[in-house]
Amino acid sequence: MVALSHRLADRGIDRHLFLLVPATLFVAALFIYPFCYGLGLSLQPAQGGTFGAYREFFTDAYQRDTIMTTLKIALPAALLNVVASVPIAYKMRGRFRGKRLLTTVLVVPITLGTVLTAEGLLNFLGPTGWFNRTLLAAGIVDTPLTLTHNYTGVFLSLVITGFPFAFLLVLSYLSGIDPSLERAGATLGAGWAQRFFRITLPLLAPGLATTFCLTFVLAFSVFPSAILVGDPSGSTRVISIAAYEAAYVRYDYAAGSAAALIMGVVELIVIAVVLGLRSLLYTGTTSGGKG
Amino acid sequence: MTDGFQELRLDGVSRSFGGSDALADLDLTIRRGEFIALLGPSGCGKSTALNCLAGLLPLTRGSIWRDDTRLDTLPAERRGFGMVFQNYALFPHMTVRGNVAFGLRMRRLPRAEINRRTDEAIRLVRLDEHAAKLPGQLSGGQQQRVAIARAVVLEPSLVLMDEPLSNLDAMLRLEMRTEIRRLHQSLGLTTVYVTHDQEEALSMSDRLVVLRGGRVQQIGTPEQVHTQPANRHVAGFMGYRNILPMRLKEGSVVEGGGLTLRGTKVGEIAAGDAVEAAIRPEDIHLAAHPGEGIEVTTEVVEYQGREVAAEVRTPGGVLLHLRTDRALKPGDKAELVFDPDRLLIFPEGD
Repeated sequence: MVALSHRLADRGIDRHLFLLVPATLFVAALFIYPFCYGLGLSLQPAQGGTFGAYREFFTDAYQRDTIMTTLKIALPAALLNVVASVPIAYKMRGRFRGKRLLTTVLVVPITLGTVLTAEGLLNFLGPTGWFNRTLLAAGIVDTPLTLTHNYTGVFLSLVITGFPFAFLLVLSYLSGIDPSLERAGATLGAGWAQRFFRITLPLLAPGLATTFCLTFVLAFSVFPSAILVGDPSGSTRVISIAAYEAAYVRYDYAAGSAAALIMGVVELIVIAVVLGLRSLLYTGTTSGGKG
Repeated sequence: MTDGFQELRLDGVSRSFGGSDALADLDLTIRRGEFIALLGPSGCGKSTALNCLAGLLPLTRGSIWRDDTRLDTLPAERRGFGMVFQNYALFPHMTVRGNVAFGLRMRRLPRAEINRRTDEAIRLVRLDEHAAKLPGQLSGGQQQRVAIARAVVLEPSLVLMDEPLSNLDAMLRLEMRTEIRRLHQSLGLTTVYVTHDQEEALSMSDRLVVLRGGRVQQIGTPEQVHTQPANRHVAGFMGYRNILPMRLKEGSVVEGGGLTLRGTKVGEIAAGDAVEAAIRPEDIHLAAHPGEGIEVTTEVVEYQGREVAAEVRTPGGVLLHLRTDRALKPGDKAELVFDPDRLLIFPEGD
C-alpha cells in the first residue's frame, strides 16, 4: 500500500501548494469578487430586463461611439509607443557611458503620474504655452496651434506615459536575444539592415506583440488625461468617461457596470487578435545554441 | 575557393581593453590551406585574436593583409571569412536549411544555385534528414555540424573556429575533431582554430600559436612545440607537469631540493643561475635495478587503464608526478631515473 502523500505527490500535489492560499485569497478578494459583483449589478438595471443596460448602451449612439473614440486614441498611441521604443532600445542594448542616465531620463515619465503630465502639457502646449510662443516668435505660425483640449493632447499624454513602459519591456526582450546571432549574421555577409530585419526583428516580434497588448490596455483605460488635456464631451469622450458619468453623475450603477464590462470585452478582443497573430510567429528560444 | 589568397598576414595586431593589452603585437603569416591553432589558457587573448581577424572587434594597433589588400578596415560582412562560434550562434527561428542558406541569400545568388549549394553542404555534414528541423530540435553535435555547414557553404577564403568543441561531451569531441580535419582537407580550407585543449591543438593543426597574457610564446609545428617548448609556460601547457625550481651547478647539471639531475638547457643560462627544470610524467621511469635511481615514496595513485599516474615524494620533500605500468600502491618505495634528453632546463622567470 503506497502512502497517500506519495500518491498525491505523484500527481504533483503536496503540502507546498498551501503556500498558494494567501495569493489565491488576495486575487479572489480584490479581483474575482468585485468582477462578479459588477457583472451582477450590470444585469439588474432599474428597467429593461436583464440585458437592459447593455441594450441601452448599444442603442444610444452617444454611448456606443465611445468605443470607437477610445480605440482611435489607444490603438495608434500603443502602436507608436512600441514602434518608437524599438530603435531606441536597439541602440541601447550594449554597454556604454551614460546608459543609466539616459535610461533614467526615458523612464522618469512613469513616476510622474498622468495628472502631472497633463498639467505640464497644458502649460507647455497650451495656446499661451512655451511651444506656441516659440513658434509665433519664430514666425512659423500666425495663430497658436490647438494642441490641448482635443485629440492631440490626449494622444501626446498617452505617448509620454506609455512610452517608458514599452521601452523598458522592449529593452528587456532585446537583451534576451543572443548578441552572437547578429555577429554570426555579419560574418555571413549580412549588413546591419539585413541583420536587424532577418535576425533580430523576427526574434523580437513576439515580445513586441506582448508589449503592444500591455501598452494598449494602459491607453484604453485612459481617464484623467482624457478629461484634463482632452475634450471630454466631444472628441475624447472615451468609454471610461461614459462609465463614470453613468455611475457617478446619473447614479445608474447598472449602466456604469455595463460600460465597464463592455470596455473589458473590447480590450480582450484586441488582445485576442494580437496574441492570435503572435502565435503565427516563431516564439521559441532566442539563444543560438548551447553554452 | 572563390577568393583564394596566397597568404594572410597579421602585422603587429594588438587590442587593448580599458588600457590593458588583451592581445599585443601578434605577427603571423597564414599560408593558404594551413590549419592554424591558437592555443592558450583562458584570458590569453586567443579569442580576441580571432574576433579581430573576423572583424567583430576593431584593432587598437596593427594591420591585417590578404595578399596586398588591407582587411582590418573592412567590416566583418565584407571580409568573406566563415566563422563557427563557441555557442554555435545558430538562428533559432530558421530551419537547418534556412541557417545554411542564409549567407548565400545575403549574396543574392540565383535560387537554383542557393538550393544546390545548401543541399551539398547539408549532405557534407550528414544532416540530410534534419534539414527541415529548427536548431532547438537538434543535439549539440548536430547543431555544431550545422554551424560548420553554414560557415563553409560560402567557400570562404578563411574559416575561423572559436572553441567549437568545448560544449560537447568527450566521445563526440573526438569524433568531431576528425570530422573538422576531414572537411579542412577535402574542401581545401584555410582554418584558424582557437582552443585551450593542447591535445586538440596538437592533433589537428599544421602549426600552433601558443599565447599567454596576450603575447605569443611560441609558433611552430605540433612536434616542435611538443618536444621543444620555448619557455617554461609553454612547457607547462604541453604536459610538463613536473616543473622544479633548481639552480644550475655546471654544464647541464642542476641541483635543488636534495636532487642532482642532468638535463638539456633551453636558452642562455650560466652556472649558479636560478632555473626551472621541467619533465613530463611519462619521461620519469622506475629504475630497472635497485640502487640506480632516486628513492621516493608513493603518495597518491590514480588508475588510468593501461598505466597508473602516481604522485611521489623524494626524501628532500620534492613532489613528482610520474606514469608507470607497475602497480604502485600508496606507501610503496620506488627508485626513479630521469631521461636527461627530456629534462629541459629553462631560465627562471619571464
